[in-house]
Amino acid sequence: MQAITDNNGVKRYLITLNVNGDSYSRVVKANTTLANFLREELDLTGTKKGCELGDCGSCTVLLDDKPVDSCLVLAVEADGRHITTIEGLAQHEKLDKLQESFVNNAAVQCGYCTPGMIMSAKALLNRNPHPSEQEVREAIAGNLCRCTGYVNIVKAVLAAADEQ
Amino acid sequence: MEKKRSSYTNYKPEDISGVKLSEEKYSVIGKSVPKIDGRVKVTGQAKYTGDLKFPNMLVGKILTSPHAHARILSIDTSEAEKLPGVKAVITHKDVPSLKYGISPARWDENIFCIDKVRFVGDKVAAVAAVDEDTVYKALKLIKVEYEVLPAVFDVYEAMKEGAPLVHDEYPRNLNAEIHQNFGDVEKAFAEAYYVRTDRFVGNRAYQAPMEPHSAISIWENGKLTVYCSTQSPHYFQYYIAREFGMKMGDVRVLKTFIGGGFGGKLEPTGLEFAGAVIAKMTGRPVRMFYDRADMFAHNRGRHRVHMEITTGVDKNGKILGVHANFIQDGGAYTSLGIATAYYAGAMLPLTYDFENFKFDMLRVYTNLPACGAQRGHGAPQPRYAFESHLDRIAEHLGIDPVELRLRNARKPNTVTPNDFGVQSCELTACIEKAREISGWNEKKGKLPKGRGIGVAVGSFVSGAGYPIYRTDLPHSSAIIKVGEDGTSATLYTGANDIGQGSDTILCQMAAEAMGFTYENMKIVAADTETTPLDFGAYSSRQTLMSGAAVKQAGEEVKAQILEMASVMMEVDVGDLDCREAVVFCKSNPEIRKSFGEVARTFFVQKGPLVGRGVYSPPKLGGKFKGAAVGTSPAYSFATQISEVEIDEETGEIDVKEVWDVHDCGQVINPSLLHAQVHGALYMGMGETVWEEVVFDDKGKILNPNLGEYRLPTALDMPKISSELVESYEPLGPWGVKEVGEGATIPTMGCYNNAIYDATGVQVNSLPLSYEKVWRALKEKREKEKNKEE
Ligand code: FES
Ligand code: FES
Repeated sequence: MQAITDNNGVKRYLITLNVNGDSYSRVVKANTTLANFLREELDLTGTKKGCELGDCGSCTVLLDDKPVDSCLVLAVEADGRHITTIEGLAQHEKLDKLQESFVNNAAVQCGYCTPGMIMSAKALLNRNPHPSEQEVREAIAGNLCRCTGYVNIVKAVLAAADEQ
Repeated sequence: MEKKRSSYTNYKPEDISGVKLSEEKYSVIGKSVPKIDGRVKVTGQAKYTGDLKFPNMLVGKILTSPHAHARILSIDTSEAEKLPGVKAVITHKDVPSLKYGISPARWDENIFCIDKVRFVGDKVAAVAAVDEDTVYKALKLIKVEYEVLPAVFDVYEAMKEGAPLVHDEYPRNLNAEIHQNFGDVEKAFAEAYYVRTDRFVGNRAYQAPMEPHSAISIWENGKLTVYCSTQSPHYFQYYIAREFGMKMGDVRVLKTFIGGGFGGKLEPTGLEFAGAVIAKMTGRPVRMFYDRADMFAHNRGRHRVHMEITTGVDKNGKILGVHANFIQDGGAYTSLGIATAYYAGAMLPLTYDFENFKFDMLRVYTNLPACGAQRGHGAPQPRYAFESHLDRIAEHLGIDPVELRLRNARKPNTVTPNDFGVQSCELTACIEKAREISGWNEKKGKLPKGRGIGVAVGSFVSGAGYPIYRTDLPHSSAIIKVGEDGTSATLYTGANDIGQGSDTILCQMAAEAMGFTYENMKIVAADTETTPLDFGAYSSRQTLMSGAAVKQAGEEVKAQILEMASVMMEVDVGDLDCREAVVFCKSNPEIRKSFGEVARTFFVQKGPLVGRGVYSPPKLGGKFKGAAVGTSPAYSFATQISEVEIDEETGEIDVKEVWDVHDCGQVINPSLLHAQVHGALYMGMGETVWEEVVFDDKGKILNPNLGEYRLPTALDMPKISSELVESYEPLGPWGVKEVGEGATIPTMGCYNNAIYDATGVQVNSLPLSYEKVWRALKEKREKEKNKEE
């Protein structure tokens, strides 16, 4: 990884990430998190931050198709890899099945957990298109929602799976 | 005239001849339409305060106290100021010293502490810089010299003569004292067949909304704009203007999307005040934010209440009198805690019908974070105590707990001893239905070992009868503006959607009242500049109160449409009606015109088509001290039954299923309504089993994060069945009442009663953790063994 050192002796690294199908090159500090990179550098604020400690899952994105808490991943670790954020799910006007299902099943209240929740569910359906209710609950157990009691979220994920 | 104009336009009214009008009573309300903001939220487009960017914006944070109680000897900001990138460092010297708060009788907070800090997390200074890294570095460079003072963390210690005082003005740390006496409790107890006293202790819970608070302040030309995570732009505007001696018209408060509040975002924080000062000093927008640990320190969550309840009943279990004797740990400041203290007692006589009620309460200051209004405001812990206590009474009398509740359930059109008028009340129906759908009769006393079933009821206000500060302003208002070509309409309301869905249901209500369609409604909400006044999202008020204003605004639009149509169609206005955007003759519905065409003609001839609505509750409540708290135009009622399985080895509580049956009046959007029940029950369940803010012996929070403050996950949640009973509230628009908070209230008691049913042990303190259940079981086993020996 190419690095430059600024006047204060702080090293910065040139990284290239593929985010939602497009390639972005930026210079970042070693401690820049992927969550902050997406939000600050690319203005992809659909990725939320609820704790920045890996506890809440609001910042979940797919890193090479695996769900990760992007607040726990460094931007330099993601160099050269593929990231999917919530902004990358809908194809033009058409929502992803999961997104549609969240709307139709009243699975969204304040919506703060929603992007992370959908990304975790997306990862699940990618590897297991027809999960059981228990499998859905396990897949989103790292995503906290303070509004819904998860009832309609679980329903929405199962409904989206049924439609596939 | 009309003909001449039409020659200048190629406007063609849409063809509505084929539109089939629904035959149901209502065409928009009562339907589970998708949320108006669902799409922007699932695509990640929805911007919350912390997502907003403004040119040249700084970022800032507050420095807080590491000590629970200490005198500030000096603050040295010079090193922090020298750090490159730092643009402002402020302390109490740079801000007004006027005390603020949200309970007007007890304004006791300063923007920054002046002489001393009162809890770990109290506000001392603030920094703004070009980026977050610099802010964190600068915070470390501020040197504060403290003289540590003795602190109090326990209400009983705090009340002792000679205990350290959190506020010098409040001897024995008594922040509020309540003594209410209705009827004659002593006499009721003297005449009772059985009198019983039980004691319980609550827990400190925290709202923990998923979105951390932030506030962006912008000064322009002597005027201040604040974007913030608020449940009430109006109260923020009022308190910010007051603090800075500004006209309300020079302060604009608005929000974009809010990531939940639950009471935790009801009052202005240091973020708004400090941000305003820094924005003025630097001439740049500034975004101030809390991280998760700051949120826990700011707190304003559930008060921990020490509860002693005495009840006298007759032979049949009829409640004759109740004495509630409570002490509430308020933390270091008042917040909304005076109201909380009153609510704790005031809500008890709502659910059961008894005449004699005595309520004593002390709210005590301690050197801990301030508590405030959390979902169910003041009611859930006392309800846990009362419902657990009633089950012991039922047991003593040999009466089925459901039966005991049926015998005492409040009836419609009654008045409580503390002068709350109740119109609609289907509590009896709720209890009966819950009994039926849960299979209570087949289960009670017949479940296998380790399994149990429990019941509890609850009730809550549909909006506070009085504003938080004294004012004669109406509580809600609304404006509807129909687009010039009549194909869309925009609702302007100060009501605040913090996730619960008010934007959606208010648009449904607007469309219903106008005779319009939901799909063509738009909304601008919760902005003190562009929307008319509404007090905002608290006390479960918006469906009833904001809804009443919206209904009136919609009806005003409809009246103008029908009048216009009557001229255009040459039909008597009395024979016209409008629904689903079609104006038609009642005598012959085939004679019709589109809403759009009529609205457009209105615009061409008369200008903007606008409807206005306003709502103030009727005069409510009695004349005694504190009579206002708990008044409301209407009350919801609920019954919950839960079935649990307890692992006797580990104390683990496995909730198998919960049944909630609600009387919340008429329903505007069933799927959003049930979603409220799910969420409220979820919060109640968290507080019941896992959630508790805990401190070390120096008053420092041990679990200020979402890993150790344990919110329930998807794996923890049981099956939830949410059901309704038929109900119509005469004082609500279309008969509506609240639902959002009511379902939090019965949960703690209902679980406790199920645990007792399963094990024969009662845990008298919240949370009902696995460990406590395990210890109680162990104690019971040991006792039994001793007896045998
Ligand atoms: S913000 Fe990343 S897990 Fe909470
Ligand atoms: S919808 Fe609010 S946190 Fe999940």
